[in-house]
Amino acid sequence: MAITGFLTDSTLCIGCKACEVACKEWNDVPSDGFVFSGLSYDNTVALGHSTWRHVKFVEREPRVGHGGNSGEQVTWEFSSDLCKHCENAGCLEACPTGSIVRTEFGGVYVQPDVCNGCGYCVVACPFGVVDRRPDDGRAFKCTFCYDRQKFGEQPACAKACPTGSILFGDLEAMQQAADARIAKLHGQGMSDAKLYDARDTSVGGTHAMFIIRGDERAYNLPVNPEVPTVHLRAGWTSAAIAAGAIALGSFLAFAIGGRR
Amino acid sequence: MKVPTTESEAQLDQLRREAELNGRVDRPGIRPPGSPFPQATSENGYYGLPLLKPPVWTWEIPTYFFVGGAGGAAAVIGMMARMSGADPKLVRDARWAAAVAANVSTPLLIADLGRPERFLNMLRIFKPQSPMSVGAWIVAAFGGTSTAAIIFPRRVADLFAFTSAALGLGMATYTGVLLGATAIPIWSLHVRLLPIHFGASALASAASTLELMGNDQRALNALALGAAAVETFIGIDIERKGVGPSGPLIRLGGVLSGPVPLALRLIGGRSSRIRRAAALISLAGSLITRFAWVEAGKASAKSYTAATDRVDDIRSGSENRKPIPPVSSDR
Repeated sequence: MAITGFLTDSTLCIGCKACEVACKEWNDVPSDGFVFSGLSYDNTVALGHSTWRHVKFVEREPRVGHGGNSGEQVTWEFSSDLCKHCENAGCLEACPTGSIVRTEFGGVYVQPDVCNGCGYCVVACPFGVVDRRPDDGRAFKCTFCYDRQKFGEQPACAKACPTGSILFGDLEAMQQAADARIAKLHGQGMSDAKLYDARDTSVGGTHAMFIIRGDERAYNLPVNPEVPTVHLRAGWTSAAIAAGAIALGSFLAFAIGGRR
Repeated sequence: MKVPTTESEAQLDQLRREAELNGRVDRPGIRPPGSPFPQATSENGYYGLPLLKPPVWTWEIPTYFFVGGAGGAAAVIGMMARMSGADPKLVRDARWAAAVAANVSTPLLIADLGRPERFLNMLRIFKPQSPMSVGAWIVAAFGGTSTAAIIFPRRVADLFAFTSAALGLGMATYTGVLLGATAIPIWSLHVRLLPIHFGASALASAASTLELMGNDQRALNALALGAAAVETFIGIDIERKGVGPSGPLIRLGGVLSGPVPLALRLIGGRSSRIRRAAALISLAGSLITRFAWVEAGKASAKSYTAATDRVDDIRSGSENRKPIPPVSSDR
């Protein structure tokens, strides 16, 4: 099977939210409430157990001359977010039931028939993606449209995207497309366009990559996401020290304190 | 109070004309009180919205941390008491404390699952890189062995009790790794400290419980005293690093587990009444500590954005943080 990936290009996104609708429809994702956030046009607010695609509306102070923005208008960029499908996935490593698996397409998939809702993946995700659905009790997130991919179809969001902002295909092809696109954007003077794929972090790269402009933090993308397994060595070392101290302490207490 | 002037009225007339003619009014640069409006910036992140999801765990989990930890340490104390030939009542009490704690822990853990009927899925696989998986196996094995240690007759019971003591060391400490090896900033920041913190807390709780069950051995007092001393040092370390919004609760738990019982046992350790008082205070401190750390994790996840400097955010909350240097140089 081919290893696949998403390339979501915010410079081509028009903020239509067709991807959000397509995702909800295909995956039968329930409503996540009627919310008016007042934050630009973003009333979806965040990814969650019932939001697997989320179009961000990034409103910023004008930067005159950048992309032809006039001094009076805020800049307005759109970026469709989703589960990053990490190469070193915190949720997958943390899952104690083996419910979360890596599929033959390279995606990270929560098997709903195995998940018992322990909630450990929720605190293991450095991107705040996976969450437990309160009325259901299990954890949910983007499935990478595993079911559609099995039939050779692209994910619903990619198919519904009207501008080619969401590209889907072989991971390597997507990486090449990203490089080509960024070179082109730089050539057009969009010198702040860059790729976000967390490749140089402990996450080790993602199967959902993003072309964004400027600082990733404005898109709520962490500069240095960490897969929590990096803390295991320090944690277990401390636990061993603590266990040794408890054992030795209580041995000495009774050896010296005697029978009294 | 403002006084209308020719100028101000002319301005309003002009606004009306502009609205009539254009159907809208363009006034760049207007900044009403409370502005600028939320923006997505390097300093603010995405409108200051949180990046992480808070833990979904409710009261069952911190209660389990308390009960399970104390039970694990009680099994260790029971084994050491048995080996040193101490009072059989102490050995019996320690084994009972471990078994009761184990049999309270399991229902608590199952109750917190989103799908409790699937609790056995925890034992489908063993996954060393998941502290939750390691913990599930420890809890299961500890439950079995500590229960067997009070059911079976002497020799067999000893065998089970010794196994349960080895597992009890895990019970008392793994929960610190469980919290520390996550993406929650306040937890992972303290990953080295939490297992020792929880272990000391568990040992103090076990010794205190056994004292309250009517055991007056000097060894128990010594253990509780040592654990309270460790907790005092840990409390100082935590105060230095800071814990953000949940500080007061962690401080309360810390004071009740560290300096207060330490002082009571140092000053009035000869009086069994004061030792009992110290034991009760230690238990309360230990319970509060576990709740405080789970709450700290929730607050930490809610206040952390992609733009937040991890350590600084924990220290002072999201209001008051130092500016972050820009990442991309070409802007």
